[in-house]
Order: sequence, then C-alpha cells, then structure tokens
Amino acid sequence: MLMKKGAEANLYLEPFARVLHRAGEGKVVVKHRIAKRYRILEIDKQLRESRTTLESKLFADAKRAGVPTPLVYEVDRAGMRIVMEFIDGRQVKLVLDKLRPKARRKLCELIGRQVARLHRAGIVHGDLTTSNMILTREGKVYFVDFGLGEYNPSLEARGVDLHLLRRALQSIHFRVTDEAYRAILSGYKREFGGGANEVIERVEEIERRGRYVPKEERTWR
Amino acid sequence: MLCLGIEGTAHTFGVGIVDSRGKVLANALKTYVPAKGGIHPREAAQFHAANARVVLDEALKVASVSIEDIDFLAFSAGPGLGPCLRTAATAARALASWLDVPIISVNHCIAHVEIGRLTERAKDPVTLYVSGGNTQVIAFDAGRYRVFGETLDIPVGNCLDVFGREVGLPYPGGPTVERLAREGKRYIPLPYVVKGMDLSFSGLMTDAVRKHRAGADLHDLCYSLQETAFAALVEVTERAVAHTEKKEVMLTGGVAANQRLREMLKLMANEHKAKFFVPPREYCQDCGAMIAWTGILAYKHGVGQKLRETGVKQRWRTDQVDIPWRTG
Ligand SMILES: Nc1ncnc2c1ncn2[C@@H]1O[C@H](COP(=O)(O)OP(=O)(O)OP(=O)(O)O)[C@@H](O)[C@H]1O
Ligand SMILES: [Mg+2]
Repeated sequence: MLMKKGAEANLYLEPFARVLHRAGEGKVVVKHRIAKRYRILEIDKQLRESRTTLESKLFADAKRAGVPTPLVYEVDRAGMRIVMEFIDGRQVKLVLDKLRPKARRKLCELIGRQVARLHRAGIVHGDLTTSNMILTREGKVYFVDFGLGEYNPSLEARGVDLHLLRRALQSIHFRVTDEAYRAILSGYKREFGGGANEVIERVEEIERRGRYVPKEERTWR
Repeated sequence: MLCLGIEGTAHTFGVGIVDSRGKVLANALKTYVPAKGGIHPREAAQFHAANARVVLDEALKVASVSIEDIDFLAFSAGPGLGPCLRTAATAARALASWLDVPIISVNHCIAHVEIGRLTERAKDPVTLYVSGGNTQVIAFDAGRYRVFGETLDIPVGNCLDVFGREVGLPYPGGPTVERLAREGKRYIPLPYVVKGMDLSFSGLMTDAVRKHRAGADLHDLCYSLQETAFAALVEVTERAVAHTEKKEVMLTGGVAANQRLREMLKLMANEHKAKFFVPPREYCQDCGAMIAWTGILAYKHGVGQKLRETGVKQRWRTDQVDIPWRTG
C-alpha cells in the first residue's frame, strides 16, 4: 500500500512476510527511489543508486551512535529499494507547533542531542527537517531519510547540517523558530561537548554567505 | 495612479512606470558590461549614475507622461551590491523629494516574483529565481515569502559566467555555455551538491574548470555542467513543491532564458500536475517595472517610508518582508 509520495521516493507499507518471504510479524516500509524524467539517465541512475546504498549504511551507523533509526532488513541496489522497519509515530513536523512550550523545549533538546551524536560519529544527516523525524509514543525520536547524508567530520559539514535544521524551522515552524533553535543548540552543546561553539559559530558564518555577497568577500575570487 | 520604479541592485539600471491596475507604461533600462572579468561594484555604480538621466527620460517618453504625473516612487533597496544600491537609492530619494511624493523601498527578489505573478496571472507559485546574483526557491506562506532553498555559496548564474570566463568564452558565459551544451554528447561526472533544501555550486564550477584544463571536450563539459547544476536546482524546487503542495511553478531571473532549464522544470511541474510559468524575458531580468509594480502593491496596502527610513540593505532577506497584499 502506498504510504507516502516523497519528493524523491515512494514509500510503501507492506506485511513483513510478503516482502521478505520469511516468517515475521507486523509491517515493513519499502522505500523505492523513482526515476526522474527531468534529469539525464547518467545522473538519475548515479544519484538513486548511491543514495540507496549510502542511506542503508548510514541508518546502521547512526543507530550504533545512539540515534534511533529504522532497522534495515534488505537493500536492493539494482531495484533502488530499501526494506526497513516501520516506525509507528508522528512526524515531528506535525506536532512541534502544537506542543506546550516546555514539551517543545524538551523535544528540541533531544533532537539537538541526537544531531550531536551523529556529528561526533562523523556523520552528517544532510536533510535535517522535522518531516524526517518521527516521534513515537514512548517519546523516542527516530531519524529517517539519510539519502543526502555523508560521512564527513568537517566543521563546515556540521555547520551546514545545523544551518539546514534552522532553515527548516524558519520555513516550516516560523512561529517557534527561535525558541526551538535555542533548545536544539542547548541539547547539541551538552552532548557534543568541547568544540560545539565552533560549530555554532560556523552556522552563523554560513548564514552570512549565499546572499549577494560583495565580490571582495568571496573566497573563490 | 502611477508609480515610477528604479532598479539598480547590480548590472542593470532600470526605470519602469506602472499604473495601479498593473499596466506597464514603460520599462527602460541600460546594462553595465564589465570591460574585463566580473562585475566591479564601483564601476557599475558609476555606470548607473552616468546613465540615470537617459534611462529616466526614455521611460517618461515611452510612457508619454511627464514627471509631474508620477504619484509616488519605488526603488530597489536590496539585496545587492552596496555602491549600486546607494546610487539607485540616491536617485530615488532626490526625485521623491523634488516631486514631493511618497517613496517606497522594495525588495528586489520579491519584485521578481510579483512581476511574474502579474504577467503570468499566476496565483501562488513556487518560484525558482536564478540569476547571476541570486539563487532561491521562494513560496508564500503565512504572510511572507519563505525561502525553501538557496545557494550556500555562489549563485548558479555566477557559476556559469565564471566557468565561461575561466575557459575563455565571451561575457556573459551563460548563453554561450547553453549553445555549446547543445552539441555535448558525453556526460562527464561533476560534483552534484544538494544539502537538504540548499545548493552549492562553487565545487562544481572549480571541478569543471579543472577538467577543462585537463583536456576535457568543451562541448561535453558545458553539457555536463548544465545538466548537473540544473538537476540540482530542479530537485530542490521539487522538494518545495512536494512540501507545500502548491499547484504552480514559476521560473524567473536571468538564467530563466535557458531553454534546457525550462524544459526540465516543466517536466517536473507536469509530474506534480502543476502549471508552469516563465515571464517574458524583459520581465525575467532585472528591470524597473518589477520595482514599480511591487511598489504599487505595497502602497495600496499602506506601506510607505519616510525619506530618512530609505536606507539600503545589502543583505535584505526575502523572508524578512511582510507581505500585506497577500493573504494565507
Ligand atoms: N521507517 C519508517 N517508518 C515510518 N514512517 C517512515 C519511515 N520512513 C519514512 N517514513 C515517513 O515517510 C516520509 C518520507 O520518507 P523519506 O523522507 O525517507 O522519503 P523522501 O522521498 O526522501 O521524502 P522527502 O523527499 O519528502 O523528504 C518521512 O518523512 C516519514 O514521515
Ligand atoms: Mg524526507
């Protein structure tokens, strides 16, 4: 059953036994990256294959770093499919604005701590938006959609990762952006330890670029 | 009611005259072309100052109105290059105080969206705005234009122009790259960088230049550069369309002239059952009419400044501006 049409993939919710051909309870999610007609075959194939492989690896390594992610059951590189555990919960995107301030702060601190765990493990998520976070009934926050992630321990990559999260807050949760971002940073600092401030300063620097930057300030010139 | 709009954020100095129903009476402009290399902000500003009078006179002549018929002024207060912004602002302030009419600061990026909505009768598009100075995916939500994606380093038009310059193509590089790309056949892998909603083109540009120096075929390189850069632009725009569920996609800015980019965006829009719009070329590029029209929208909704509040804002962000003329 089609569960979600994402921007780059279709997600299907299927019975475990039907997809994996072995005995098992419950449901699985099949994430199928679909071809895009607007880009040439070479780019399309390369992107879909590499993202499928990378995503499944990152799921496993993120989990090892202490960040909840769905268990991966099967990777089909040729078919551009990942079969994974179904996470029963709600997208953080749909709940964040509705929470009471205190609950929102706690949730954001947890998110910040998990981002720090990823970064300390040398991983950047690459698409930190609240639609890629699932809050379960037990209060765990699962990170999904590592298709744009990478193994990159650089300050710049970490700064961009946090910047993206802030940008997602600005475009989607503009009513609570500042308090949410502050709570995320406080969780991030606590978990990341020494060097967190450097990352946060880099975020500020990144945000000063990308506009009509006067030529004399451009690095490539 | 007539508004005279002055544009001068970068290369172009433009004067547009628009009435309150959205009829463009004049859209005169002159564009500074650097003798060598990229844009020199101070030279561009001198160009604007030297040509302001000519462009103004031409606009008035084309519109067949006299300067006393103008009811208020609008000018591009940012974002843009400091010296250019200050020149346009000075011209606008001088005119406004001499005519003793109100003056309105307009955000350049928002003006691109608004003139497109006017000429294309688009209601609520996701806009991909791509030029030498800006790369943004913009959509309206809750009182403001939100930026759903932007470049983390150089704008895509700048990526094409600098590549062109480095491999010896005439200025501006964009159109020539497009022409050469049509004869490219073989795809040469180049760095494709999408980070969440945002983009990066500087690594792509340097790698393409490096491959040219290493002897790669220029046609193939132009083809590969375009395909890579544009695929990334369309992917980010598609994310915004999927997220906002809007049913219109618009392409504007100087790079909108590129046929391949149009084709790709149209394919994407079709897949989402969204309408696709590209304003006429004269309204995709920087121009005075877009400033004048946005000035009209703002003025009708009570936005206006005192002369002393008309400072320029080099880094004025699209999402910092309240949009009282739209609801939702
Ligand atoms: N294992 C899972 N269990 C439950 N829900 C999931 C799971 N994986 C993904 N989802 C939900 O489906 C949505 C889309 O999945 P995902 O982000 O992986 O696809 P995508 O095509 O990259 O989407 P988009 O481009 O919209 O971000 C997620 O935002 C999440 O809400
Ligand atoms: Mg997602």
